[in-house]
Formats: sequence, C-alpha cells, structure tokens
Amino acid sequence: MSDAGLSVAAAEDSHPAAPTGQGARGGRARWARPLAGLLLPVGLALGWELAVRFGLAQGRLVPPPSRIWETFLRLADTGELGLHIGVTLWRVLVGFGAGAVAGILFGALSGASPVSRRLLDPTLQALRAIPSIAWVPLFILWFGIFEASKVTLIAVGVFFPIYLGVGGAILSVDRKLVEVGRAYRLSGFALVRRILLPAILPEAVTALRSGLGLGFMFVVAAEFMGASEGLGYLLVDGQQLGKPDQIVAAIIAFALAGKLCDTVLVLLTRPLLAWQDVRRERL
Amino acid sequence: MLAVERLTKRYADGTVALSDVSLTVRAAEIVALIGGSGCGKTTFLRLVAGLDRASAGSIRLDGEPVLEPHAGIGLVFQEPRLLPWYDVAANVAVGLGRVPAAERRERVLHALEKVGLADHARRWPRELSGGQQQRVAIARALIGGPKVLLLDEPFSALDAFTRASLHEHLLAIWSESRPTVVMVTHDVDEAVKLADRVVVMRPAPGRIADEIALSLARPRSRASPAVEAASRTVLKALDRSLKAAQKGPEASAAPALWW
Repeated sequence: MSDAGLSVAAAEDSHPAAPTGQGARGGRARWARPLAGLLLPVGLALGWELAVRFGLAQGRLVPPPSRIWETFLRLADTGELGLHIGVTLWRVLVGFGAGAVAGILFGALSGASPVSRRLLDPTLQALRAIPSIAWVPLFILWFGIFEASKVTLIAVGVFFPIYLGVGGAILSVDRKLVEVGRAYRLSGFALVRRILLPAILPEAVTALRSGLGLGFMFVVAAEFMGASEGLGYLLVDGQQLGKPDQIVAAIIAFALAGKLCDTVLVLLTRPLLAWQDVRRERL
Repeated sequence: MLAVERLTKRYADGTVALSDVSLTVRAAEIVALIGGSGCGKTTFLRLVAGLDRASAGSIRLDGEPVLEPHAGIGLVFQEPRLLPWYDVAANVAVGLGRVPAAERRERVLHALEKVGLADHARRWPRELSGGQQQRVAIARALIGGPKVLLLDEPFSALDAFTRASLHEHLLAIWSESRPTVVMVTHDVDEAVKLADRVVVMRPAPGRIADEIALSLARPRSRASPAVEAASRTVLKALDRSLKAAQKGPEASAAPALWW
C-alpha cells in the first residue's frame, strides 16, 4: 500500500458517527416547551372552574373540571368504569386482531402477486368506498345485536387502512435491495425474511397504528347501536339521563385507553425499527 | 477462467444494449471495461452476474454456464446497497451461504479485516461514510470466496482521495486471494492504475471497440512515464470509439454547441 493510500484510509476511518444533535440544548428549554402547550387547556379549565365557583356560569351543560373529576372517581370507585373500559377494550382488540390479520394477509397478496392484485384489489377498493357505518343495519340482520355484529364492524373498519398500508409498502420496496438478495442467492423464504419483511415493517407499523385508531372510532359507533356495557354505552347513557359529566368522563377514558393501546403497539414494535435513520424521533 | 462468447442482449422494447461481445478473462486477471454511457458496460456486468438473461451467446465460469447468480461470482454495485436494518457484520454475512454460526462470525470478521473495518462490525450502515459503506459492500462480495469479482463503477460516487485509498485496498485484497476481477469504469486513470487489460467499448449497439494489454509492474504511480503512455493509449482508443459513435445522428448536433 502506498503512503498516500494509508494516510487517506486513516482519515476516512476517523469519520465520526452521525452526531446526536439535540444534546447541546439546555435542560430548562426541554421542560419549558411541553409546558407551554399545557398553558391553553389548563388556563381554560381553571377559568371555567372559577367562573362556575363564583356563579358567573351555571355549569349544568358544561360541567367544571372538578365535577368531571368527581364523576370519574365515583365511576372508578364503584368498579363501573373498569367494567366499561374492559368491555370496550376487549371489543377493540378482537375486532382489531381480526381486521389486522385479514388486512395483512390480503395486503400481502395484493402487494406480492400481480395476479391476485388484479383479482382482489378492484373489489376491495370498491368496498372501501362504502362508509363502514353503512354496514351496521346489515350486520345487525346477519349477526344479531350482540357482540358479533360489533366486532365485525370494528374489524371492517380496521381492515382497510392495514390492507392499503401493507400492500402499498410491499409495492414500494426498493428494487435495488431486492436485487442484492437475488445477487447473493437468497431463497424465497430467506428473501422474505431478510429483505422484504424488514423493508415493509415501518410502513406496516404505521398502518397498524392508524388501524387501531379507527378501531376505537368504530367501537363507539358499534356501542351506540345498542349496548348495555362499554364506554360507548356510558356516553349514550349520559346523554339520555342528562349527565354531561359522565359523558366527558367517558370521553377522557376513551382518550386514555386509546393512547395506552397505541403506546403499547409502539413499544412492542420499537425494537424492530431501531435501525431506521429518520429525522424525527417519534410521532 | 471466465469465458464470454458472442453475448447479445436485446431488451423488450427492441433496444440492442449489447451485440456479439466475446471476452475471455484468465484466472487472477484484472480487466477494466471502459467506455461512454450507453455502451452496455453495466448490461454486460449484470449478465455475467446472472441477474439478467442474455438474448444470445453464453457465459461460462470454468466451463460451467452462468444463467443465474452463481456462488463463484461476487458483485459490487455502483452504490453500496447495504441493508439498512442490519449492522455491518450482518450485512457482510448476507454474502455467505448457510454456515454454522461460529464459522460465520469468524469469516465475517476476517472479511472485515481485509477491508480494514473490523472494529466497525456492530455499527449501522448509516453511521459509515460513503467509502466505508462501499468497503463493506466489497467485504460482502468477497466473503463467499468468489473466483470472479465483478465491480460496477464501485468508486464513481466517491471523492478522489477516498477512491485512491480504495484502489489500494482492492489491490491488497486481490493479491491475497487473487480472484479474477472484471470492473466497469469510466475513469481512465482508474483503469490504467488497476487493470492488466483495458477493454474499450463503444455504444449503439454496445460492443468491444479495442483491447489494450497493460504489462506494467505494480504498484503503479500515475506519474511514471510508462503509466502516462498507457493512459494516453487508452484515451486515444476511447476517443476513437466515441467519434465512431458520433458519426451517426449526433454529429449534426455538435456544431450547435458553438454559439
């Protein structure tokens, strides 16, 4: 090796890893920024609370935060809240599971095989154009008014974003990386496991997350159409009995449950996506 | 020995990318394919790598026909094409068939040592510079112990210093296991620095215009008169091949550049 070559190689080796960037920023700014976002909601809540306390507003239709909190605690105390959350979560998870499995399966078929894409995709796209709620009467006729029709509705709602996401992800896999697999003689299964699957994973996870979000949307619709348990039932019940505090408490429970499920999904899939070279840390 | 006979590639739209190319490369010979764009260099390499099928003609490695990717042929693409979800060691291991884990670790380490990246085994590809990534790609191509190493303009995207250092790496690796090397390049200096033989190609349709044997001792310094003379010879041959190509419709376009 010539001298020039050696010194150049050494210089190249010392090339630093990508800098972390955010480290330089001070500790205070890191806390101040999320706190600034809290200013508006906390201010509004506090203002409303004070307005009701001092008799400036009635607060009958829009209950002050303290009353919502009371209702929330009371529901939690009697075990009602736990029961309703449990029932709702169970419906979402079963519906999401069924819809996700079907979505991944059909998405993979449509993405991987041109023949099945030509056969399946037009029909599925046509079905996708139907607002899922429109199925409700038919599902009630077919599956009755109990769990089966609710879970089916959720599964249908979850299916389409996952189908689109997975199918699209497969179609957009980098041809050049697939060629690497071919050049190194990876067999069909090894090609899927080592190249195709990791390549589609980021988009597939995003699809699963939007599917889960839709699952929560449709569980409300399903529970509106007649249920004696579940957070959706609490909503309807609160409306019929004129208890806005119960409605808001149920809404908060929905938000917490949805965020919790999404976080679990993100945590479960994070180790699989550690390699990603992305600008933003998370969404 | 790599024997290519009357190789022709016609694409579905009727374009003839390669016409009647015959080339025999001895074991341990380094051949550089050089030529302007569109003269079928990359097409030729893809056919030899077994990634595409030839329309006519044959490719044989030690008498065995090459119709699909072959264990005895390693390929380095123009870009590193590392798999971003694997660390450096796992990327190199892609080039290895099914072997026990212990042997795999050892061979990966050895291949990384050859390209001087042994202590980067646990890094992600995104953490490496362009030159380092291309060295990982070379290690991936070498780990299977190929008889033939194909390089498709592997250093074209790198700066001159990194390129010079990779030339040294490549020659060091070559002198250890002495594979046959076929490299595509558009850089005359690179061809003259590395190759035993320079094959000049010409476009429309792609074919061989000229072959120049370089029996110069290594290491070659660009400043030495013999290397300079060889560069001039290759440049002249390249010029001739390009002029021949321009006699077609492009000749009338040339004066328009003088405005």
